[in-house]
Amino acid sequence: MAAFRKEIDLNLCKGCGICIDICPKEVYDRDPLGKPIMERDENCIYCKQCLLHCPDFAIEFIPLKEGEADGK
Amino acid sequence: MSHKKYLRNNKLPHIWCPGCGNGIVLSAFERALEAADVDKDKTVIVSGIGCSSRMPTYMDFNTLHTTHGRALAFATGVKLAHPELEVFVVMGDGDATAIGGNHLIHAARRNIGLNAIVINNNIYGMTGGQYSPLTPTGMKATTAPYGMVERNFDLCELAKAAGATYVARGTVYHAKQLTDLILESMENKGFSLVEAVSTCPVGFGRRNKIRGNYQLMEWVKDQCVNVKAAAKKTPEELEHKILIGKIHHAPAEEYTACYDKIIAIAEKEAKR
Repeated sequence: MAAFRKEIDLNLCKGCGICIDICPKEVYDRDPLGKPIMERDENCIYCKQCLLHCPDFAIEFIPLKEGEADGK
Repeated sequence: MSHKKYLRNNKLPHIWCPGCGNGIVLSAFERALEAADVDKDKTVIVSGIGCSSRMPTYMDFNTLHTTHGRALAFATGVKLAHPELEVFVVMGDGDATAIGGNHLIHAARRNIGLNAIVINNNIYGMTGGQYSPLTPTGMKATTAPYGMVERNFDLCELAKAAGATYVARGTVYHAKQLTDLILESMENKGFSLVEAVSTCPVGFGRRNKIRGNYQLMEWVKDQCVNVKAAAKKTPEELEHKILIGKIHHAPAEEYTACYDKIIAIAEKEAKR
């Protein structure tokens, strides 16, 4: 499976919480401002539901280069 | 930092409220354009007035932000002057069906080669949550505090009856399908309309006691039935349901091609 590294741009994020609620693996937790923090990144199955449903273009999936660890 | 190829990244973050469906439609639209690999200089995006009509501001194409409801009229002019351009028209539900209702049915009747995307958030968002012709009966709005009394339009049936050659409906919950439908509509030569059922958590959700941005998306999802699944269901089961998917596709001759033929005939007559 292709591995990705997720990046969340908190300057673009408005804290709507859609990514937190839509994630089937509960990867994200809410921070005090309602913005997502990647608490359980090792559970991510790269379904990209958060990427497809982010209204603010804040989430990005960057393909990993060869030999790069995905943090799992 | 987002590096979207077809967006004006320096204009982000956008003005829409947290949880607004317009952003999801924009990202689905952007992915469709990326998949089709369109030429930026050969694409025009036209919009009217409203929340959804802010969309061209964030898109790196030749864009046109026009008057309320008249986006299709301006787009018709663009397409007739330069038929080789790919023209998209982004409208809201109030923009397309109330104020620009006549433009919509006549653009569909002419079958002019425009790709219309109507973002239906059930309400006039920008002006403060007044009801629109697409507000479902019984739902609350600023101008309908006890519930909407009027019956609402079925936009896809309206476009189909008016003569549009491609009609489809997607939702913000089914974002992947929405991308596919927009991509498919681009292949149709005549007038194509994609209705994107969107969410307005501030103007519509909060007033109707549907709290939470994701909960409102789920509320939309619970009403959806795919057209293929709907074929096997009874009319009673489909009451108050939204049909999603490709609803109508019947290719017919496109208007600018017909117009070019008339020009050729007129030139021949003039030379005689």
